[in-house]
Order: sequence, then C-alpha cells, then structure tokens
Amino acid sequence: MKTENQKAWFFVLPVLLLVAFNALIPIMTVVNYSVQETFGDNLFFWEGLGWFEQILRSDRFHAALGRQFLFTFLILIIEVPLGIIIALSMPKKGIWVPVCLVTMALPMLIPWNVVGAMWNIFTLPDIGLLGYFINNTLGIEYNMTRSPVAAWVTIITMDVWHWTSLVVLLSYAGLVSIPDAYYQAAKIDGASPWKVFRYIQLPKMKTVLTIAILLRFMDSFNIYTEPFVLTGGGPGNSTTLLSIDLVKIALGQFDLGPAAAMSLIYFAITLLVSWLFYTLMTKDDAK
Amino acid sequence: MTVELKQASKVTRGITHIKPTSLVLETGHFNVLLGQTGSGKTSLIKLMAGLDQLASGQIFMDGVDVSKLSTQKRNISLVHQFFVNYPQMTVYDNIASPLKVAGMVKSEIEGRVEEAAKILQLEPMLKRRPQELSGGQQQRCALARAIAKESRAVFLDEPLANLDYKLREELREQLPELFAGRGAVVVYATSEPEEALLLGGKTALMDDGVVTQFGTTADIYRKPENLTAARVFSDPPINSAEIVKAGSQARLKTGVTWNMAGPAADLPDGVYTVAVRPHHVTPVAATSKDVALNGTVQVTELSGSESSAHFQMGEDGWVSLAHGVHPYEIGEEHAFYMDASRCFYFAPDGRLVA
Repeated sequence: MKTENQKAWFFVLPVLLLVAFNALIPIMTVVNYSVQETFGDNLFFWEGLGWFEQILRSDRFHAALGRQFLFTFLILIIEVPLGIIIALSMPKKGIWVPVCLVTMALPMLIPWNVVGAMWNIFTLPDIGLLGYFINNTLGIEYNMTRSPVAAWVTIITMDVWHWTSLVVLLSYAGLVSIPDAYYQAAKIDGASPWKVFRYIQLPKMKTVLTIAILLRFMDSFNIYTEPFVLTGGGPGNSTTLLSIDLVKIALGQFDLGPAAAMSLIYFAITLLVSWLFYTLMTKDDAK
Repeated sequence: MTVELKQASKVTRGITHIKPTSLVLETGHFNVLLGQTGSGKTSLIKLMAGLDQLASGQIFMDGVDVSKLSTQKRNISLVHQFFVNYPQMTVYDNIASPLKVAGMVKSEIEGRVEEAAKILQLEPMLKRRPQELSGGQQQRCALARAIAKESRAVFLDEPLANLDYKLREELREQLPELFAGRGAVVVYATSEPEEALLLGGKTALMDDGVVTQFGTTADIYRKPENLTAARVFSDPPINSAEIVKAGSQARLKTGVTWNMAGPAADLPDGVYTVAVRPHHVTPVAATSKDVALNGTVQVTELSGSESSAHFQMGEDGWVSLAHGVHPYEIGEEHAFYMDASRCFYFAPDGRLVA
C-alpha cells in the first residue's frame, strides 16, 4: 500500500536553497538594480527598460563589446591551432611525457593577478627583461603605456602564454586515447600525415576540442584581472574590455542601474554564443 | 603469391618478441597462426605487414625481398580485432579510402567498392557512418576495405574476437569463400583451436615468439610434434600425466596401468608423458579395451550438447568431454574411460615419440 504525503518537498529543499543562494538571489538583485534608479539612502525609482536602452545605444558599450570580441577572436585563433600543434608534437610515451605535461601545466597554476603583474614588469621598457631587450637591443619602440598596438600585443601574448596549455592538455588527452590500430590502418592505406590528422586525429579530438574552445571562449570573454593589472584598460580606452568597462561604471562612477543592465546584457551574450557554438558542434552526434 | 620469412626476428628495447622464424605462406588456402595470447601472433603479423622493423632476417613477397620496403609499398591489408574505420567517412568512403590514396580512377573505385559491398552485404549501409553500424557490420566494413584493395596479402588479426557468438559463426563460415580465388595470401591469427580446424588450410602453431610447427591443419592436429604444440592445439586443454613404461605396460603414478600398442610398445623402458585429448576421456566406456580412471569430479560444464567434467586423480587434474548431457555431482567419485589408442607419448624433453 502506498502512503501519500508531501514529505518529498523536504528532499528538494536543500537543492532549492543552494541554487537560490548561489544563483537566483544574486541574479535577481542585479535584475532589481537594472530596472531602477537609486541615489543612495535606500531610495529607488522605477526606470523600466531605460538603462538597457541606454546601454544598447551607447557608443562606449559598442566599442568595449567590439574590443572584447576582437580579443576573444584573436586569442582563440592563436591558442587553438597552437595548442593542437604542441599536443601533436609532444611524446606519447617515455620519461619525457611527465616532464612535458608538468611544464605545460605550470602557467595555469599561477594566480591571475600575479600573471598580470609579471607581464607588467617583464615588459617595462627600462627595467623589464623583454621590454629592455626589444627597445634597446632590437631597437624597436615598444611601450605598452603609450602605444595601443603594444598594449594589444602584450595582452594577447600574455593570454596565449597563460592559457594555450589548457588547449594543449585537452588535445593531448584526446590524442593519446586513439588506439594504435588507427595509425596502422592509415599507414597501410598510405595516408599522408595531413590525411591522418584530418580523418583520424581531428575527429577523435573533436569532443575535447569543443570543450577546450568553449572554456577558452567563456574565460577570455569574461577576462578581467590580467588586463586590469597589466594595462588598466589603457592607454586611453584601447584595452578597455567589457568587464573592465563594467567595473568602471559600477564602482568608478557608481552608476548601479546602467552597470546592472550591462551585466545582464553581457551575461546574455556569453550564454548565447556558448549555446550556439555548443549546439553547432554537437549537432552531428545527436543524429 | 607467397610471403616468406627467412630467420626473421623482432627485438624491442632488448626484449625478444619473435625469435628467428622461417615460414613460407602461400595463396589458395587459409594460413592460420594459432597460439595463446602473448605468443607473438600479432608481432609476427606486424613484421610481415611492415609495421615493425626486423631485428634480423628477411621477408620476401613473391620472391622479392621486401624487408626494407615501407608498409604502403608492400600492398597489404590488415583487419584488426577492434573495428577500425575512419569515423568521419561514410562506409563507401571507408572502403574506397585505400583506392583513392592509390590514385585510382573514379569509375574503377566505384566498381570495386560496389563489388566488395555486395559480397559483404553492406550495400544498404554505404551512405552511413561506421558508428551508426553494429559491431558485425563495422567489421564487415573493415573486411570490405581489405577485399576492395585487392592486396597481395591480407592479415586478419583475430578479426572475430570482439563479435558475439552468432555473428562470429556466421562470418567465419563466409571468410574462406570471401578470399577464395582472389590470389592473396591470407593469414589468420587466432587463439582458438576450434577456429583453426574450421578454417582448414595450413596452421602455424606459435608459442613464446616462435613457430613451433607448421603444416596442414589436420596433420598438425593428429601429430603434434611436441607437448607444447599439443597443448596449444587443444581446447579444453589436453590431459597430460607422467607414466613409467615397463615392457609393454604403461603405469600412471596412481597405479592405473594399460597395455601400449603399436609403435608405442617398441619404445625403450623409461619415463614418458602421456597426453590425451579431453574427448577421448568419456564417462561411458566405448570398448572393453578402454582404461578406467577413477577420479573426484570438481567442476562440470554444459556447452551446447557436450558436457565436460574436470576431475582430480592423484596429483593430476583431468578433463573429460563427452557428447550428450551427463549428470555429475560435484565431489562424487566417478569412473572415466580413456581410449588408450588415442594417446600421444612424449619423451621427457617434450618430443613426440609415439
């Protein structure tokens, strides 16, 4: 005989509370700010979708969004192929495997603000090892605090240095899981190295690469600490990425309403692009 | 078409995988490599295929030394135990891949792929991808690739090992006709003695990286050269025990005696090893000449219409395999009857003497 009661709700409660505290409540707070105007003193005035309209029409937002997409595009186009190439050239067995893996993992273990500080000092034209070398030995003018191009080159290089390893490690995991038999079959067919890559290695790496690209997209699209420490968004606004701009609005100008609206738009864009990418990449497998 | 090994050996990082081996494999019949796991079947195939380098010796194909030739120039095919197909290509493209690499014209590729697909009943699946097929169909696709390529030698490395029982039987029946009249040297590696017998042709027994005996499958089954060969070519494992021969009498340690007949009777007195296949040890005496062995039943198995019993007699474990269903009780004393005329006798060094 079945007993019918409402006890089941108690079992759902812990999860409900957890989700509420780590996602729902913070997001709803932001939503709350995004539709109101406040001057402090806990006084709020209804604003409707005004802030959203303002942000979406603002040239400043468009410029930051453009820079953000450019940054993410550049680091993906460099890190993904570079990561695959490094993974392909790593040894598959022997004592060099752990050496390579640890060396690869090292940059990822360094805290983000330390990475920013490191590269800042590293590229200083007067005392930084790299900065001094480029300016004085090579004779090329390179000063991140003056030239926007130098600033961009530096943040891109820094991100490539910091995160290519992630693509390498994931690709490598995909590569070593390919049984030898596939390579033998290719050898018997007389397939060229390119064909082996195109028809064996790439298809077998597809799942891990999808994850790698997704992670790199989300991380780079939300990047804050490293460029903030390195360039502070300058010179001028040339490296002011979305998150840096957001913090300027929220904490610098204390415009909580527009900042909240911008956060939500920012979040929606990240979510939409990730979803589109993942859906497209996994479309074939679902069939 | 022939594939010939002359004192070929393989050593990797100081470990000998294949001791110097000489073997002539011909077309027109299956060449079975029979040996247990780790006996060197795959290593030998990889040597012949050119996937591994020879440590010493030579390999000839049609009398031409191919020892230094790369895999693709040897024009061979290899079908693995796992189903190896290109995951992104359709079945059609998979079968066509070696032909495309060889630069064959499109119309000829089409003809060959269609023929191979027809033989292996893959026609309805040509547009699908390998992962959408069942295991049996995936392996058929790999076999079709080997057939369409029309290579000089086809190596089948336990191709049926990962298929279920029914499919295995079905495909095994088809294999000999698939390759009949194609002129390729077919080498088939397996660890199951039954498969060697079913596929016929010639068998090379392998043990510990060396071919211990090579010849017509039936001959090898009837006359194993030594105890190891007899053990490899028997499933369930062959029974063996030490005997002492005195006059024409053989005596087991447990005291059981029988008269040795034929050439065995002429052997000098001494210690020998007797070996007898499990199906010559039965729970019912066939003739009055059969030797009674009394043992304690330890494990029994029914497979199909055969029943086997493992029984302990003195220090030795014995196996009996008989047609029909025989009711055994674990632990009971049971009499088994050995057909003494089917016994092999081996000298202490393992050589077959009678």
